[in-house]
Amino acid sequence: MAPGTRTKLLVLGALGLVLLLVPLLLPSAFHLRVAALVWINAVAALGLALLMGLAGQVSLGHAGFMGIGAYATALGPKHLGLDPLLSMGAGILLAGALAFLVGRPILRLKGHYLAVATLGLGILVHLVLVSEVPTTGGPDGIQVPRLELFGIRLVGPELWYWITGITLLLAAWLALNLEDSSTGRALRALHDSEIAASVVGVDVARAKLVVFVIAAVYAALAGGLFALFNRFVTPDVAGFLRSIELVTMVVIGGMGSILGAVVGAALLTVLPQALTLFHDYEHAVLGLSIILFMVFLRQGIVPGLAALVTRRRPA
Amino acid sequence: MNRRRLIFGAATASFLLPVAVVAAEPIKIGSFLSVTGPASFLGDPEKRTLELYVEKINAAGGVLGRKIELVIYDDGGDANNARTFATRLVESDKVVAVVGGTTTATTMAAIPVLEDAQIPFISLAGGIEIVEPVKPFTFKTPHTDRMACEKIFEDVKKRGFTKVGMISSTAGFGASMRNQCLKVAPERGIQIVADERYAPGDTDTTPQLNKIKASGAEVIVNADFGQGPAIVTRNVRQLGLDLPLYQSHGVASKSFIDLAGPAAEGVRLPAAAMLVAEQLPDDDPQKKVVLDYKTTYESTQKQPVSTFGGHAYDGLMLLVRAIEKAGSTDGVKIRDALRATKGFVGTGGVVNMSPTDHMGLDLSAFRMLEIRNGNWKLLY
Repeated sequence: MAPGTRTKLLVLGALGLVLLLVPLLLPSAFHLRVAALVWINAVAALGLALLMGLAGQVSLGHAGFMGIGAYATALGPKHLGLDPLLSMGAGILLAGALAFLVGRPILRLKGHYLAVATLGLGILVHLVLVSEVPTTGGPDGIQVPRLELFGIRLVGPELWYWITGITLLLAAWLALNLEDSSTGRALRALHDSEIAASVVGVDVARAKLVVFVIAAVYAALAGGLFALFNRFVTPDVAGFLRSIELVTMVVIGGMGSILGAVVGAALLTVLPQALTLFHDYEHAVLGLSIILFMVFLRQGIVPGLAALVTRRRPA
Repeated sequence: MNRRRLIFGAATASFLLPVAVVAAEPIKIGSFLSVTGPASFLGDPEKRTLELYVEKINAAGGVLGRKIELVIYDDGGDANNARTFATRLVESDKVVAVVGGTTTATTMAAIPVLEDAQIPFISLAGGIEIVEPVKPFTFKTPHTDRMACEKIFEDVKKRGFTKVGMISSTAGFGASMRNQCLKVAPERGIQIVADERYAPGDTDTTPQLNKIKASGAEVIVNADFGQGPAIVTRNVRQLGLDLPLYQSHGVASKSFIDLAGPAAEGVRLPAAAMLVAEQLPDDDPQKKVVLDYKTTYESTQKQPVSTFGGHAYDGLMLLVRAIEKAGSTDGVKIRDALRATKGFVGTGGVVNMSPTDHMGLDLSAFRMLEIRNGNWKLLY
């Protein structure tokens, strides 16, 4: 399923169109805030979708990388007097380096060792954020300074809608290019058969490591954006449940599908907001809809629907 | 759900009868609470209380001749959700005021949104940072940890002691109260001679208590809630330490006495009047309010009353009073009326607000209790 230039344009075009249409249809600040949260979650889910779809590996502690990005953005200005953007960059580098250190030995092994290692890593990050109260503010969270660029204060949901939306578009474009690159091809080969891939000269461990580091960087970027947008972070951002949420987004949307990650993120971010009307049954409805999606669209929403469409027009 | 349907019904009815439209347009009050998740033991009674009393107020004719419409969202204890719901209350629901914010984290996350929109916000969380420094539109009803420390130290001084051995949990509430106690001790003429800590889940604290014994402490103060205080209390008796033991308001529930057993005899703690409603003297200004709330809550909800629901009661009543006094639903006017609150008797204490005090409680809000014969005994 190598994305040709046509598919690439189709995916980016679809994303861009949605990006333009949302503010026209839903102009309230509340809707734009939820949409911005969707774009942020989608960036994190995108990285994870690459890891799960291309490398066939799961990260069960992905929110940990989000937490690193978010808290770096919050703590850098507070404790070191750094610019928030610079701190965010440092956080992204840190997350990437950590992923490299963890992934390098583990991704040489076959099987789902990465899932276990990241599970531990995520819990560890969360633990540090909760317990290091003097540094991180503990469970009550910490304020993030306003972002200023060239003397202009970057505030307001409309502005952040566009900042996060365009970041997502760029992230999707990079992800599509990665799928199309030699690393992407190597990964698809090893996804089908690891032995066959290594026989034809694919450095299996290296290819997996690249995707894992990219996934971590995407998550940290999302975390940093979240901190700047929300201007308040709590350790929840790195919690285990958040990690599971990210995996669920990818699975529901369709593993390895760029659009799927966005759809999954949108569903899991918007649904709880839509379900407040059925306040008392919110969790039941949320759970039920996830089960139904998994039963009827087993490959995930986007690949599942795509398959349906192609099957419907055999002529 | 029933209440929602009622309001919906009322709204539809008023739609069909144009004459009634002006009179019946409801006043929207918003709330975000941690009804589910780890803080649900706080959020659930808060939600029940708000719904119960809004219904009662509406049955009695509402406020300013208008019904109250309550919009409640469940943030599940997640600060980010709280912020989203706060935005939603402001942007979509267009509420005139907010009573909510179960935890300090959810409250702090929502404050910037509500402050920007100039919407009066009465928080139900304990953290002192909510009202210190004072923010123009943010208020809170519960006591703070610092007041608990001050109340304990006041009692310690009264008994003629000055040397305190602190023992606290490293987790959330224990850590925060410890910090506040360390801060106010010098102001109250108290010397902290030992500052021992234990991790949540520890099943034995005798090493820490032995250190406190060696430090020459005259009393022991334990800051924690849940299992920890029961363990400390039993350990103190097992070691035969003959020092007065103080617990915090965090143990103010029957389960503590059950857990600690006979070891709890003689333990003192500061707590809200609600815990000893029946024991309050008849001339106590709070007695009527606390007993009324208790009987109303317990008879309708079929579960024991908690101080947390009381915080929501106080918040709602403060707000309703302020709206009536302001005679309008304008945010700034309600805020000014809230600030001018004097002598409001709530379940948490007598509230006297000012532009520099957005909580309005003093130490009289806390009662000093002692555990005697497996029950709470009001000292003063």
